[in-house]
Amino acid sequence: MTDLTNLGVAAIRDGVAKGDFTAREVAEGFNANVAAAQDALNAFIVATPEKALEAAEKVDADRAAGKPLGKMAGVPIGMKDLFATRGVQTTAASHILDGFTPEYESTVSQKLWDAGAGMLGKLNLDQFAMGSSNETSYFGNVVSPWRKQGSNAALAPGGSSGGSSAAVAARLAPAATGTDTGGSIRQPAAFTGITGIKPTYGRCSRWGIVAFASSLDQAGLMARDVRDCAIMLEAMAGFDPKDATSLDLPVPEWEAGLSADMKGKRVGIPREYRMDGMDEDVARSWDEGIAWMKDAGAEIVEISLPHTKYALPAYYIIAPAEASSNLARYDGVRYGLRDLPDGAGLQDMYAATRAAGFGDEVKRRILIGTYVLSAGFYDAYYTQAQKVRTLISQDFKNAFASCDVILAPTTPTASFPLGDKLDDPLAMYLNDVFSVPASLAGLPAMSVPGGLNGDGLPLGLQIIGNAFDEQGVLNAGLAIEQRAQFTAKPERWW
Amino acid sequence: MSVDKATVAKIASLARIRMDDAELDRMVPELNNILGWVEQLGEVDVAGVEPMTAVIPNTLRLREDVVDADPLTGGGKRDAVLANAPAAEHGFFGVPKVIE
Repeated sequence: MTDLTNLGVAAIRDGVAKGDFTAREVAEGFNANVAAAQDALNAFIVATPEKALEAAEKVDADRAAGKPLGKMAGVPIGMKDLFATRGVQTTAASHILDGFTPEYESTVSQKLWDAGAGMLGKLNLDQFAMGSSNETSYFGNVVSPWRKQGSNAALAPGGSSGGSSAAVAARLAPAATGTDTGGSIRQPAAFTGITGIKPTYGRCSRWGIVAFASSLDQAGLMARDVRDCAIMLEAMAGFDPKDATSLDLPVPEWEAGLSADMKGKRVGIPREYRMDGMDEDVARSWDEGIAWMKDAGAEIVEISLPHTKYALPAYYIIAPAEASSNLARYDGVRYGLRDLPDGAGLQDMYAATRAAGFGDEVKRRILIGTYVLSAGFYDAYYTQAQKVRTLISQDFKNAFASCDVILAPTTPTASFPLGDKLDDPLAMYLNDVFSVPASLAGLPAMSVPGGLNGDGLPLGLQIIGNAFDEQGVLNAGLAIEQRAQFTAKPERWW
Repeated sequence: MSVDKATVAKIASLARIRMDDAELDRMVPELNNILGWVEQLGEVDVAGVEPMTAVIPNTLRLREDVVDADPLTGGGKRDAVLANAPAAEHGFFGVPKVIE
């Protein structure tokens, strides 16, 4: 029998529906892969093999009873540990939420279970989703399954959804949820040779997702190809009255609408993304992507996004400002850690709890956020950044007057060794230079594998679409996927 | 603008994060690096530009004025709300004595 863990979402769903194999066999296969890789990759904070089996058995029973099966029936997935899961520890990879066991289920995860998916476990991430290399987790680094040719150095799986990317790339899960605040789905997908999409802000409910920066946070997913992304996104998206920013729109049938024909479509190439000193492999991969788009019938148009260089600094004011406010809830009173030094009063307890419970990067961002929101600095920093955000959004609006989708690299380089940028927060932030603008504008965007660089590491191509046009993004992604013929996968060393 | 150690100590106190001297010393140059870099936003001409507060135009909804319309977020959940509290006592969140 073929190894079921080589299958993606569509193949598993269809195979289970046809009776080629059972959902239980699939869950057992992935459960075994999860267990075997845990020591080496550390992709999961908690494995839940019993949950995966339970969901699979229900799908098998429903099928036997002739009941209709859901969009994700029989597909076991990894759940980023930022989604509240009832009865299963939810930590955001932090010490302050160590042991927190939600009494409720996030909307997105509930929708996935309702669609017939099962949970393999809770995936590791950067603490509170703050990081680009998965090195800020309280539960240790995630190690990428990829290695440079001729080297055994541990590489970053990207962040913040680094457990998700490592798990999908290493065949520990056919797909995994992620969240994107400034690139936390696309960058890790690019680093690990897989496909990842964030939809338009508001498509997926934020209810039950541990909040980082609420005006930016958006759920999405990673899988091995574009069709799998379309299937799972359909299952996750939809209006939720419990999220005030949820979009009250029907969920399109993205899978049924897939088409790689780009005739009549205009693909915008933003000139500001071609930066001085750009990595040669990344520039070459981008040029290849442009050629593939032409080959698919698209017209290539040069566009300008003049405020691109200000996106990152604006993001690093807005996101920490919102985080400093969101993370005020961790006070040692309602849930999670409490540190109560001898004789301490309430205020001392807050300060001691938060000192013990937050990691360095989280503290750094809370302090930045507190500073830029403080009296006397609010207008100079925070209001200014919000105005620049308006201009960035306007840049995209102007660009979409002359193009349908935008093609750019996902990241400025391929993955880097763990530890490389740990002492230099700014160098780490610069990783998100190509992904942050779309997040600031709330636009749908995805990363698809474009090829390998000179070291044999994956590079991602990014497609950014207009608001609500996930279909256009997926279709352009499919056109690239069919031409890139990316079949490389990490050689198993774990 | 740059911050000195006293300012960082003040911010940390506002953010309710205890920091010792060594941590403050480490934080000062890190924050100044980041603040120095975001300073470039000052170059942007924002005359007449409205600050963005919502990225996708959306209107705030009112829910029906019905008690427990959504059982997940309705009332009557005291024990569930307290289930993860580090010190729940007699149906309340327990905190150290507050005597000012």
